[in-house]
Amino acid sequence: MQTQLVPLAAGELNPLLPHTVEIVLSLVVFGILFFAVSKFVAPKFEEIYTERTKAIEGGLAAAETKQAEADAKLAELEKQLADARHEAARIREEAREQGAQIVAEMREQAQTEAARIVDHGKAQIEAERQQAVTSLRAEVGTLATTLAGRIVGESLDDDERQSRVVERFLADLEAGTPGSGVN
Amino acid sequence: MSGIGSVIIRSEGGEGSGGESFHAPGPADFDLPAIGGGHDTFSMFGQDFVAGVTKPMLQIVLAGVLVFVFFYLASRKRAMVPGKLQFVGEEAYGFARNSLGRDIIGSHDFARFVPYLFTLFFFILLNNLFATIPFIQFPTFSRSGMVYGLALLSWVIYNAVGIRKHGFLGYLKLQCVPSGIGGPMLLLLVPLEFMSNILVRPVTLALRLFCNMFAGHLLLILFALGGEYLIVEMGGAYAPVGVLAWVLFALVAFLEILIQFLQAYVFVLLNAMYIQGALADEH
Repeated sequence: MQTQLVPLAAGELNPLLPHTVEIVLSLVVFGILFFAVSKFVAPKFEEIYTERTKAIEGGLAAAETKQAEADAKLAELEKQLADARHEAARIREEAREQGAQIVAEMREQAQTEAARIVDHGKAQIEAERQQAVTSLRAEVGTLATTLAGRIVGESLDDDERQSRVVERFLADLEAGTPGSGVN
Repeated sequence: MSGIGSVIIRSEGGEGSGGESFHAPGPADFDLPAIGGGHDTFSMFGQDFVAGVTKPMLQIVLAGVLVFVFFYLASRKRAMVPGKLQFVGEEAYGFARNSLGRDIIGSHDFARFVPYLFTLFFFILLNNLFATIPFIQFPTFSRSGMVYGLALLSWVIYNAVGIRKHGFLGYLKLQCVPSGIGGPMLLLLVPLEFMSNILVRPVTLALRLFCNMFAGHLLLILFALGGEYLIVEMGGAYAPVGVLAWVLFALVAFLEILIQFLQAYVFVLLNAMYIQGALADEH
């Protein structure tokens, strides 16, 4: 069994002690990188950020304006629609009233006409009846006289007498007391 | 530190007697040679350093270039509807801007610090991820010097921001004198606050990042080399243990990715919080 103690090849190195060139080099390299980045890189990234934020905000504002416009237009259209509905209802109501009025007028007219026709008819009938009564009376008188003359054989040529008899007869007839006549 | 520097290996009788003894990885593994094979060194702090361009030095430059190129390409088009590259870039920028900047510093002051925080986060993140990226596989910030630079910068920035806003004495009062406390307690608290808010912050900031990267990489080297040694040099009954070491290597490597991200995040988060504290009106 062997035991070996192996020291490091080089002398005792203390890694905490700095290589001065490295200190300077790291500062120089970092410094150059920092200036390059803050001149060429960081402003561009910031610019992109700003532009994008602006674009998004602008888009939002535009969308809001559009939305407001659309809302206004919709309200207007709805108002117009309501007006149109109202108008239509009004016209319908008016038409209904007019219709009713027309019907009433026509009915009245028809009734008047009917009454007129009826009156006219009645008058005509009355006139015709009067005419018939007059002619009948004349005829009946002649007939009766002729007949009576034949039957009685009495001369009835006396017109005055004849007329008187007939009148009496007819008057009796009208009074409803037949039989009290000449015979 | 000396504990890391040596390790004891017991090897049984005949087995592995032909192989070399195991060299445990240590700080020397982070002291990479100069590229091109130069062997010049210079001495500082009583220690020899490699004089020349080393791998982490190239890495930190590469990271700077890559971060800039990526985000430059991602931000170039500025399309209103982003493509894939721009989308990724914007998400990354938005992450640093909103969760590291705005949410911590507050919406009033954060804008001017966003480039700093954004750059810092992705610069550290990529340098940390280098530890995992194949063929690079070395965390830049396992070199303490690299971290000290950034920690120093952070310290200068948050103090400068505070002094600019409150004036030198006003800022010192803000950081060192807790509000609502008076009398002799202040004798105790003011030095403590000064220590913790002014002196210790950059040190902890640097050590946290450096030690995490250093230890994580050391652990991975240990699993990789130890597994190799067990399989190749010792073999036999030790081989399965070596395989297990490699399995653990893979698992720890995934854990390391998480740590690499977290350390970058924490470093920048603390930066933002220090700045916020320096800007605060009362605390």
